[in-house]
Amino acid sequence: MARYIVQRFIYMLITLLIIATITFFLMKLLPGSPLTNQEKLSPEQQEIILDKYGLNDPLPVQYVNYMTNLFKGDLGLSFQYDNRPVTTMIGERIGPSAYLGFQAILFGTVVGIILGVLAALKQNSFLDYTATTIAVLGISIPSFVFAGVLQYFLAVKFPIFPVAAWEGFEYTVLPTLALSVFVIATVARYMRSELLEVLGSDYIMLARAKGVSSFSIMTKHALRNALIPIITLLGPLAVNIMTGSLVIENIFGIPGIGQQFVQSILTNDYTVIMGITLFYSALFIFVIFIVDILYGIIDPRIRLNGGKK
Amino acid sequence: MKRKNFALFLVLLLAMSMFLAACGGGGESGGEGNGGESGSGGSDNVLNVTETQDIPSMDSALATDAVSFNTLNNTMEGLYRLGENDEAVEGMAEGEPEVSEDGKTWTFKIRDAKWSNGDPVTAHDFVYAWRKALNPDTAAEYAYIMYDLKNAQAVNAGEMAPEELGVKAIDDKTLEVQLENPVPYFKQLLAFGTFLPQNEKFVKEQGDQFGLEANTTVYNGPFTLSEWKHEDQFVMKKNPDYWDADAVKLDEIHTKIVKDTQTDVNLFETGDADQIKLSSEFVDKYKEHEGFFTVKESSVFFLRMNQEGNEVLQNVDARKAIAKGFDKKGITDVLTNNGSVVADFFVPEEFAEGPDGKDFRETAGTYLETDVEEAKKHWEAAKKALGQDQVTIELLNYDDDLSRKVGEYLKEQLETNLEGLTINIKQQPFKQKLDLETQMNYEMSLAGWGADYLDPMTYLDMYVTGGAHNQQGFSNAEYDKLIQDAKTTLLLEPEKRWDALVQAEKILLEDEAAIAPIYQRSRAYLKNPSLDGVLFHKVGPDTTYKWAEFK
Repeated sequence: MARYIVQRFIYMLITLLIIATITFFLMKLLPGSPLTNQEKLSPEQQEIILDKYGLNDPLPVQYVNYMTNLFKGDLGLSFQYDNRPVTTMIGERIGPSAYLGFQAILFGTVVGIILGVLAALKQNSFLDYTATTIAVLGISIPSFVFAGVLQYFLAVKFPIFPVAAWEGFEYTVLPTLALSVFVIATVARYMRSELLEVLGSDYIMLARAKGVSSFSIMTKHALRNALIPIITLLGPLAVNIMTGSLVIENIFGIPGIGQQFVQSILTNDYTVIMGITLFYSALFIFVIFIVDILYGIIDPRIRLNGGKK
Repeated sequence: MKRKNFALFLVLLLAMSMFLAACGGGGESGGEGNGGESGSGGSDNVLNVTETQDIPSMDSALATDAVSFNTLNNTMEGLYRLGENDEAVEGMAEGEPEVSEDGKTWTFKIRDAKWSNGDPVTAHDFVYAWRKALNPDTAAEYAYIMYDLKNAQAVNAGEMAPEELGVKAIDDKTLEVQLENPVPYFKQLLAFGTFLPQNEKFVKEQGDQFGLEANTTVYNGPFTLSEWKHEDQFVMKKNPDYWDADAVKLDEIHTKIVKDTQTDVNLFETGDADQIKLSSEFVDKYKEHEGFFTVKESSVFFLRMNQEGNEVLQNVDARKAIAKGFDKKGITDVLTNNGSVVADFFVPEEFAEGPDGKDFRETAGTYLETDVEEAKKHWEAAKKALGQDQVTIELLNYDDDLSRKVGEYLKEQLETNLEGLTINIKQQPFKQKLDLETQMNYEMSLAGWGADYLDPMTYLDMYVTGGAHNQQGFSNAEYDKLIQDAKTTLLLEPEKRWDALVQAEKILLEDEAAIAPIYQRSRAYLKNPSLDGVLFHKVGPDTTYKWAEFK
């Protein structure tokens, strides 16, 4: 296990290095410069500023400079937010995004699993159809529609929750609900089909034949196997949601990172693009790693040691 | 097997606890929500507004955008600030400056005023800030706004030391400024954010933290930034040490960062915002609202027609046909729908006043009005001269919603009105569009230009031969001469200078139709009807809250 982890860790670093390199060169293909007042500056004035930032150096030189700083843990300064360190910016903005994402994932998963299980147990009943309808709606209607509807009804028409801001728990309720709809739908759908498949399998029948109680069958044998695909699904889904949803953050005025990433690309804020990309990648790779390890724990069929010889 | 059971148990336990936590939390939050709201709504002297982005910089030398300039304007003060109708009113400068005979040396008395850390504001603060902004190491993107100062351009290019800049402190309270040319609008120019003073001692103490947080910035304006939660909100508090504190009525201004226009409207509806910018799609709904109003900006939108290597657009008849061949009113009435007005001009309305006290537009006429019949005649003449029956022109466009609609409207109008014309729209992201324009790698483009200072020159000097922003191969010797004269020999003869500017615009539009003006932009606002005294400006900062109050 330890050897496996070390090995994976080295692979993770190599992957990150490759991502950094590719992003760096792709980003430099973006037209224009990171200057925020570019339309008003003459070419000579632009040169003065680009020189100062070393953006007129040949690309390989810029690349080596960036990577050297990166290894020192220095992600550089933002262009759009003059002189603000990128590390500080990510640090400040990831908090709200991650908090909301975490809340949405928790809530969504729990509700999703319950819905899925109920639907599978009472297959083709009214309950099943309701759950399926919810799932289909949740997947097909974009979350910003939910967000808009929730905001209008629960904050403007009936002011139960605040419209937008980031000042306490009550401000997180509506965005969490809006974000979790997709999670609920996805999880419920998978849960239902997986559970149905598992319940129809031979070993469950064997267990029933042996007279194991239904409850025991569910918790000991069925649920556990049905949860495996959910875990695979949850990893990437969690990263996806925690790294910030652009629209939800915009609608509820959440000081998150989702908007920042898009903005940095539109304004050619090189250092911020690199910083956030690397951050996202690292998070993603890490979560996949965790998921792989969890597999080994939950699924007896998977062994990380490559079999015993 | 044991371990696996335990893991499963953990997963389930976690799931259950989350569910309970989520349910419990949900119920509880309703009450808190109500409580929070009643708290923020009430107080009379707290103004709640919104901005679409966080403050990019509180360092006046580096600021380039609307939010920064707006916040700087309300928390700091230069020699002058913009008052009603964009007149320059006294700031840190006390009384009228002494101006030399040739108009090139200005001497200002600095009033007794304090920074928010207790230090006095001195002439040295201005010297320091201006040298810093022009120092190439600072990489200030608005350095060029100071190019009227003596030696500024050379200092910015690194050819001269910053100490050689034409500004010096005679003593703590006397500032002497030398100019390259006697600029007639210099007092108003001094209200621009880049000319704000900076407390050298404080800036050096803060080092690379200066301007990044509320407490690593120092203030000398009507308000101070007391709280700055990045990307979330910032709070300005009345500055008790401000020299004119009696004039300041508001206690606090809360600015919330809101990027979604519907959310903005919702915040206004619930009373959480006292004043919001209204985007076009909401105008019809709120047009009759008591708090609805529009403010004209200085931004003018027009079609660039690139003559470089383009036979069709080199033809003056073709250009006139395009400029007159579409209904501008359709754009302002339906597409922008926010008070924007049809532009039959390049220098905007209600923008610059001449030596006679009249608006530039009153003195100058209107040009290139929509006239489809006339356009058709020009078009036929152009086709004959070119010997072509079918003409295809590419229209470079921004990729935002409004521009997209304007582009499609123009295509439809021009193709209908001018027979044989095909327009292909090429939408590009903002930066890419700028690049293509700079490289002059386009045929026509939808473009906008906003003023940097309150003089027609900020528009007209764009189109001198070889100008950095000409970018469309336009050249007219007479035009060049008029602009050159207005910038040099006529500076001390305001009437003649004004006349030269009027003539220049006439050549640009009526004779040459170098560009096709479309509209002058406005912003629509919705405010709490009891809010009064917020000033809106056409250059530099959008608003001044110094004199704002609730009635």
